[in-house]
Amino acid sequence: MRIGTLKTSYAADEALFDTRLQKLLLVLALVAAVLFPFVASPYWLFLACLCAINVASATGLNILTGYTGLVSLGQAAFMSVGAYAVAVLEIHVGTPFLINLLAGALVTALVGIGVGIPSLRVKGLYLAIATIAASVVLHFVFSHWSLTGGARGLSMPPATLFGVALDQPFQLYWPIMPVTVLMVLGAANLFRTRIGRAFIAIRDRDISAEVLGIPLLRYKLMSFAVSSFYAGLAGGLWAYFFRVVTPESFPLVNSIFYLAAIIVGGMGTVLGGILGAVFMTMVPEVLKFAAGMVTPFYPDALALLAPVRTIVFGALIVGFLIFEPHGLAEIWCRIRRFFHLWPFKT
Amino acid sequence: MDWLFLTEVFLAGLGAGALYAVTGVAFVLIYKATRVVNLAIGEILMLGGYAFFGAAAGWHLPAWIALPVAVLSGALVGAVVERGLIRPMLGESPISVFMVTIGLGSILAGFVQVVWGADPLRLPEFMPSAPIFLGEAYLAPKVAYGFLAAMLVLAACVSALRFSRGGVALKATAADQGAAYSVGIDVPRVFSLSWIVACAVAAGAGVLVGAIGGISPTMGVFGLSVLVVVIVGGLDSMVGALVGGLLIGVVEAFAGTFLGGEYKFLVTFSIMILVLMLRPYGLFGTHEIERL
Repeated sequence: MRIGTLKTSYAADEALFDTRLQKLLLVLALVAAVLFPFVASPYWLFLACLCAINVASATGLNILTGYTGLVSLGQAAFMSVGAYAVAVLEIHVGTPFLINLLAGALVTALVGIGVGIPSLRVKGLYLAIATIAASVVLHFVFSHWSLTGGARGLSMPPATLFGVALDQPFQLYWPIMPVTVLMVLGAANLFRTRIGRAFIAIRDRDISAEVLGIPLLRYKLMSFAVSSFYAGLAGGLWAYFFRVVTPESFPLVNSIFYLAAIIVGGMGTVLGGILGAVFMTMVPEVLKFAAGMVTPFYPDALALLAPVRTIVFGALIVGFLIFEPHGLAEIWCRIRRFFHLWPFKT
Repeated sequence: MDWLFLTEVFLAGLGAGALYAVTGVAFVLIYKATRVVNLAIGEILMLGGYAFFGAAAGWHLPAWIALPVAVLSGALVGAVVERGLIRPMLGESPISVFMVTIGLGSILAGFVQVVWGADPLRLPEFMPSAPIFLGEAYLAPKVAYGFLAAMLVLAACVSALRFSRGGVALKATAADQGAAYSVGIDVPRVFSLSWIVACAVAAGAGVLVGAIGGISPTMGVFGLSVLVVVIVGGLDSMVGALVGGLLIGVVEAFAGTFLGGEYKFLVTFSIMILVLMLRPYGLFGTHEIERL
């Protein structure tokens, strides 16, 4: 708790960002995000887009797992639904870019509701396993349905927005980044509404939530729908970004990746989803960079890159769960607290 | 319909199913004692196969020494993992522990790739290769001996659980931890014991699986099938693991023969969804585990 934050109006009390420093930082971050594409190289823009897509998907999973307490190992499968829906719309129907994204996300939300139906009957790990089963079934459908191009998948033309073909990271950055920012803001606001509070109540104890008058099935399905809406939107962006969608684009490992991202970042905080997704996306790049550094002294370093990446991925999950269960967001809070209380308490 | 062919498919399915059953028993042992859903069981199995490969092909040891080496290395991994990763997580939510085992699986898969490379390998032959006929039906010798070995291990596990001191202690711990403590059972040691035995059994199963299908760093996928087996059979039931393992093995064999290999997962996972919807505690599991 901070000293001197006296609220004199309801508007001030309800504000999402309540201090002047926060607002200043926010404006700075927005300006940086707008200026970034003009100064960064295509490689960094590529990474930024990838981070943004992962942030969107991880935020969606955070709504389901971090806030509602329903563990899902199907996030990548939901993304594949969104990606395929967008690809099919783009190739066969030819509707505009933004409408495709929205339609893909809505289709994914419907699929998410379908997958969520077992959630009233089974809980916890059983639900996680049920979502694994759902992703196996979805993978099978996508690799055998003629509409989705079978095992070869679908190749898409570049998206066009206002008559400009979006085929470089520089152009794609402009739709991807604002959509992600909107989605994250939406998630932050969701937990200030009745629906979001109901999610949190269900997470903390579902029976007392039901006693309080929250219809469990409806809200659990709603959480699945919102979460897979996010996944579908992220999947749609992914499809436009890579322009090839195959059944192997979204393996089970990716679902674990998103779960790992919110664990590393911190479950049940919006900030955690952002930090975790960015962190987990950057770790392989840092490893690649490190491998490049040691290659002159140890020529086999690049061959070891893939297995070392797997080990680091696992070690991060295990290490964070054992030593820092609240994730990067908690570390960030600790740093903030230090400066709030400084110099009165060190 | 050709009955001979059907019988052969059925026998092959039983052979594969026996390996599922053994690994399922390893899974159930851990779950019974510690309530940990161990998704790394597939990777521990893979490690057993690689340990055998390292001993038999790398150090040129005969198979009868390499097999204990593989089993012991499994036991060692089990002990280290229980003490280092699972013990600190006691009392955390089951989901966190579950994620720890997923992370562990990833670490083991990466470790195996660093040491032995990413390419699939074949284990040196160590089983007799004379073809076996049951009546007229042909049975691949490896599958037959694998089945026999699996059944022996299963019988050993079941009788150890029933008659040995450690087995009874494990059952007591599974039934009621507090009561087990109060009659003087060292519960943390039971936890250790269950992990050590289960990982040793899984590593042994890994040698059998590797002998039949070869070893590769992606062998951990076997763990997913085992997950189906134990969900269908019931997470805390040895009988469930046995019946579920044989059932899933046979179903996979028939689905693979008549529908094609890519239908295997679809069919088994559909069965699992059905079981989850109708009997979430599995065919033989205790009802109370539903609240997990």
